[in-house]
Amino acid sequence: MTTMTLKRGGAAVVGVAESDLGQVAPHMTPIDLMAQATVRALDDCGLSLADVDGVFAATAQARFAPMMLTEYLGINPTYIDGTQIGGSSFMAHLAHAAMALQAGLCKVALIAYGSTQRSVSRALASPPDYNPYEHPYRPFLPASAYALSAARHMHQYGTTREQLAEVAVAARLWAQKNPLAWDRGPLTIQDVLAARMVSAPLGVRDCCLSLDGGGAMIVTTAERARDLPRPPVYALGMGEAVGHGSISNMPDLTTTAAAVSGPRAFAMAGLGPKDVQVLSLYDAFTICPILFLEDLGFCAKGEGGPFVAGGAIAPGGKLAVNTNGGGLSYCHPGMYGLLGMIECVRQVRGEAGERQIAGCDVALAHGNGGVLSSQCTAIFGSQAAL
Amino acid sequence: MERLEESPLAAWRRHLAQGKLAYQVSPDGEPVFFPRVMAPRTGATGLQWRISEGLGTVYSTTVVYRRDEAPLNVALIEMDEGFRLMSRVEGMDAEAVRIGLRVRVTVRDADGDAPYPVFEALEDQSPTAGKGAA
Repeated sequence: MTTMTLKRGGAAVVGVAESDLGQVAPHMTPIDLMAQATVRALDDCGLSLADVDGVFAATAQARFAPMMLTEYLGINPTYIDGTQIGGSSFMAHLAHAAMALQAGLCKVALIAYGSTQRSVSRALASPPDYNPYEHPYRPFLPASAYALSAARHMHQYGTTREQLAEVAVAARLWAQKNPLAWDRGPLTIQDVLAARMVSAPLGVRDCCLSLDGGGAMIVTTAERARDLPRPPVYALGMGEAVGHGSISNMPDLTTTAAAVSGPRAFAMAGLGPKDVQVLSLYDAFTICPILFLEDLGFCAKGEGGPFVAGGAIAPGGKLAVNTNGGGLSYCHPGMYGLLGMIECVRQVRGEAGERQIAGCDVALAHGNGGVLSSQCTAIFGSQAAL
Repeated sequence: MERLEESPLAAWRRHLAQGKLAYQVSPDGEPVFFPRVMAPRTGATGLQWRISEGLGTVYSTTVVYRRDEAPLNVALIEMDEGFRLMSRVEGMDAEAVRIGLRVRVTVRDADGDAPYPVFEALEDQSPTAGKGAA
């Protein structure tokens, strides 16, 4: 028996686009946004809808997202994947698309997301599952789950609220370089600390935005990608891991399954943290990038707070993190992962405008789903990194 | 195959109704919580119910601030028997609950709803406690 392994760089991203973001037109549906982004992403790569034969989609607002999107687009895909692991779904979709492409089960894969969370309210867009063991205590989910992790991290490692605030301020400074970002006004550490408390130690400026939005990504084989107009952005490494479902059952509140997904992705890519120029780290809350920097190996466990201090992940800092402004300041429609991947693709292509990091050949997007539950990592590279 | 006549959740609540915080132990002696039909990792069935002594330590804590409501404590409690659950610490200021605080379970009867465990500090944590001599 032979085993098949996923080929490093066997698949490439050829087209990316956001849908309308922020506050979209009244009565737009999540599938409208997926379709809008799909057409834009196809325009980006010069392919047409008729070329798409793999559909990968997820949203909190449609249980059967791939079905509804396929109907809407009017196509007959040969491969369907509706993996729903929250904001990390799309890194998983990328890995699964690469497998399907390698196996010849489809030739052009579409990954799509859409959400009208701001228009319809968070409560309607993403109602939490009923958990009888947590429900009586009325945690404000997901914020309280991340707050419990942050409190433990502070207790165990001396992480401070100021260090958490550094993450929010860095995101805002990057957002000021992104014309599409929602929040571009000034923001100081003191503003973050003084903001209304949501679930201690997290205040409202430690929490991501709650907006409408979506995106699409077109993925094909490396061979086909080279015939298309844009420079291919290769999927060098992907890793998926699930640690738990509910925050009550997270074994160690200071260590996420990114400590598993990251090494898996790096092993496939044959790369390490030192090779990465740009990171998209899912910043649902300010504690998240701190945890992921540690778990992905960019600093030691417990040193994430000091690592981000002094503007280290802001423009001009030592490591470029969330150059689009992240879920904290650019856009967070509920399952942000795809938008983080899109930013990585733009950075590797050199198309990130004012926020472009010079010589970005390797970018890492890390997705988080649930309450630090599902962790998926994707590493993108240019032709030079292949 | 023997049909299960009582769900894990129903069995847990039956114990709570008697004022007991129950948990399960797998055949290899591992504490299991939340209650399940099989042991995680091994898949072993035949989990045994045990009654906790009711003592634990705050593993992490947060305070939820909702508009027009008093601050509400939400905590994760590590029980001495080695399992963890979400709960809250009552009988003290929500903002004064600290990681490491030793706590004891008490069962709260929800109005017409299922009973659930909450915790109280082992030592008096009221704002005036221990300050008399200072």
